[in-house]
Order: sequence, then C-alpha cells, then structure tokens
Amino acid sequence: MISILEFLARLAVWLFLAPLLPGVINKVKAWVAGRRGPPVLQLYYDLARLWHKGVVVSTFASPGFIAGPAVAWVAVLAAALLLPLGPLGTSLSFRGDVILLIYLLALARFCTAWAALETGSAFEGMGAAREVSYAVLAEAAVITAVLTLSMQSGSVSLSAMLTPSVGPGAVLLAVGLFAVLLAENCRVPFDDPNTHLELTMIHEVMVLDHSGPPLAAVLHGAAMKLLLFSVLLVQAVLPIGELSVAAASGAMIGGVLLVTVAVGFTESLTARVAFRRVPLLLTTAFLLCVFALLIAWKGGAA
Amino acid sequence: MNDWLNLLIGLAMGLNLVALGTSRLPSLIRVAALQGMVLGIMPLVIEHELRLLAVAVAIATVAIKGLVIPALLRRAMRTANIDRDLHPLIGFLPSLLLGAAGMIGAVVLASRLPLLPEHHESLLVAGSLASVLAGLLLLIGRSKAISQVCGYLILENGIYLFGLLLIHSVPLLVEGGILLDLTVAVFVTGIIVDRIQRAFDSLDTRKLTVLRE
Repeated sequence: MISILEFLARLAVWLFLAPLLPGVINKVKAWVAGRRGPPVLQLYYDLARLWHKGVVVSTFASPGFIAGPAVAWVAVLAAALLLPLGPLGTSLSFRGDVILLIYLLALARFCTAWAALETGSAFEGMGAAREVSYAVLAEAAVITAVLTLSMQSGSVSLSAMLTPSVGPGAVLLAVGLFAVLLAENCRVPFDDPNTHLELTMIHEVMVLDHSGPPLAAVLHGAAMKLLLFSVLLVQAVLPIGELSVAAASGAMIGGVLLVTVAVGFTESLTARVAFRRVPLLLTTAFLLCVFALLIAWKGGAA
Repeated sequence: MNDWLNLLIGLAMGLNLVALGTSRLPSLIRVAALQGMVLGIMPLVIEHELRLLAVAVAIATVAIKGLVIPALLRRAMRTANIDRDLHPLIGFLPSLLLGAAGMIGAVVLASRLPLLPEHHESLLVAGSLASVLAGLLLLIGRSKAISQVCGYLILENGIYLFGLLLIHSVPLLVEGGILLDLTVAVFVTGIIVDRIQRAFDSLDTRKLTVLRE
C-alpha cells in the first residue's frame, strides 16, 4: 500500500512540476530582455486549454498520427520514473535500467518523428530528418556520459551509478551533459523554440499539424524531458544520494532551478548556430564526455 | 604541485582542440596566444625555488607568446584583410576528431613509455605529443598562411612542453634563444603574408605550388 502511494506521489511530482521549467526559462529570458514576459504558469494554462479543444486529423494520416504523441508521452514518463530521486532512490531499479532509460527516450523520439511523417507535409518530414540526424550525435554523447558514470561507480544500475566524482572530470561531464540537455530539448543554440519560420525549425516543425490533446501531450512530454535531463545533470554532478532527505530535496530543487536559469541565460545571450555548425557543437559535447571518461578511466587505474 | 601542473597541461590540451575546431582567425590567434601564456607560467609551477633566470624567462615567454606574436599576426591579418579560413584541406569536424583521437593516443602512449619515476604522474609527455599532433594537423590541414603559422606556434608549444621534462638539466637560456627564433619567424611570416596577398590577391598557400618562372 505504502509503495503504491509512494509511486503515485512520484508520478504526481513528475507530472505536475514539469510544466514549471519552460515557464521559468521564459521568465528568465523576458527578464534579460527587459520585458515582463508570460506568467510562470503559462504552460499549465496552455495545456488546460488544449485539452478542451478538438483534434483536426488529416484524411491521409493513419492512427499513428494520434498514437505517436501518446506513446512518446508514456515513454518519457516511464523513463522519468526510472530515474532515482536522491536518497529516496527509485521505485523500480534493476541491473542495466540505464539502457532502458536511453531506449525509452529513443522510442519517444521515434514516435514523434513517425507522427510528423504521417502528415505527409514536406516541412514536417524535413523537421523529422533534422531531429533524428542531430539525435544520433547527441545520443553518442549521452551514452559516453553514462559510460563515464558507470566507470566511476563500477555499476550499471541508475541508483548506484549517480555517485559523482570531484575534479576536472566532473566539470567536463557537467558541461557535456548541459550541451546534450540543450540539444535534446531543442533549445538555443541547437534549435530555437520560439522561431516562426518553418524552414529553420526542428522540433517545432514536427508538431505543426498536431492540435488539441495530442499537442498537449507533445508539449507536456517536452517539459518532462527537460525536467528529466535537468535532474540527471544535477545528480551526475552533485552527491545528492548521500544527503538527508530534506537537504537532498533542497539541493535538487536548487540545482534544477540553476540549470533552468542557465538555459534561460544561454538562450538570451547566444544565437542559434547555423545548421552546418551544429554537428561540430555536438561533437564537442561528445568529446567533453569522452575526456571525462578518459579521466574516470585513468583515475580508476591509478 | 603536480595537480596544478596537470591542470595547466589539461587546459593547454583543451586549447588544442579549440584551435582545431575554430574557423575564425582572430580566435585561432587568441587560442595560440593563450596556450603560449599557459605554458609560459609552467616553469614557475615546476621549479621548487624561484630563481631570477626562471622568472625572467617566464615573463619573457608570456610577453612574447601572449602579446608580441599575436600582435604581429593580427597586423598581418589586418593588412591581408581576411578573418576566416573558409576552405581548409581537412574540414573542421574531421580535424577536431583527429585531434581528439591523437590526444587519447598520446595519453595512452605516454603511459606506456619508460619514463623517470617523477614523470609518471604528470601529463607532460602526453600534452607535448598532443600539441605536436594538433600543430601538425593545423599546418597540413589549413590553407591560409596565418592559420599555418598558428599551427607552427602550437607545434612549438608542444616541443616546449617536452623541454620542460629536462628543465633541471638544460639551461633556460636555450629557451630564450628559441623564443627569439620564434619571434623572428613570425615576423618574417608577417612580411611573407603581405607579399603573398599582394602577388595573388589571396592568402591561399596552395597557389604557391604552381609557381613558374
């Protein structure tokens, strides 16, 4: 009974806190630009509004058009539930669960791209192609970061893996993971979430033809993915697992807020890079993770 | 002490990769200058007691590699009126990957070499090999004379790092001589860059391969 209640509490945390992050990012961006900006809770209003709207489905589209966002949303939520939350651990832990996490995120991306291709629109196909080709590079960086963590801890289970080290390796890993966070969540400098030009969109163009509840699922899934990566980044850098519950939740909330504000500042202060420079940037993130891996390996040998 | 030295060498190795990945000449010059300065303060970290000569050489290295040479290069760049290396022989992404692979290879190779016990823990040999490789890549892969000079500077930085292994047995005067040579070389290259620009209207050194009487 207790475990069911705990599971529900976790579910509620992930579901209800996730839409806060895009609001915070937009608030930071507005503050830097000297505007008042939308309220922090804007995404909640948007989701509520979208939930009551009807769905427009193209006559060409198969049921995959609706199923894609739904499966993607469930996959991201499942991935989020696999992630341990500091000393509370995780509700479901087994050997190699980190690989399931990576594959669930890949499944979510596949379903979004599939639903985008269902519309038969050239723009959406283009966006799906871009998203998938950048994902290949970002995934290499994620897997290298995971390898680094498992090298440091000698374990392949998420709850034991997130025991960070101190020193230059942790800095490299943090910067690499932050770049991956920006790329995976389609933020500047990889993609501009506020762009109005279909030709330059990546993630936004894939969901152009979605409306109503499926669009709400896509938006909420994106917010949850952002929260997931922030929590992963914070736990990969801060030794949260060793703190008491109160201190750990404080550190976690502070860390996630810090990551969010950093994303907001990155978006305000840099421009998105040209498409042909994105692979260079992602390769840099990959190399940062590789060198963190190298340091973990050398440190383990010595 | 070793930790600080390794941190500085790690920084220099990171700068190698930045140099390989950038297409803008001003940032390339800045990276080469920064690396020269990082290397310049290393003798002070290595030496146990500060000798006057060591301090003098360190100051001279920082001044020449960090200020004089970049100023000469910037002047050459301004007169030649370019700021990008647009058509490198080896692209930026491949050269970045090659540089990183070379860096990992250098670390592995350095751990296999029969070094003196006091050098086992330091990254000196690895950093030196990695810088030499990065410099070579820049020399081979870039088409503009100024980026090739920066490659040459990074190559020299690698050799300097190797020289730090012998800091207790080789007088630092040798280092002073090398510094002088380097300055003259960059000075001469600045003039050559100007001449190439006037003769061909471009800084592409590939045009020099088809010179005829």
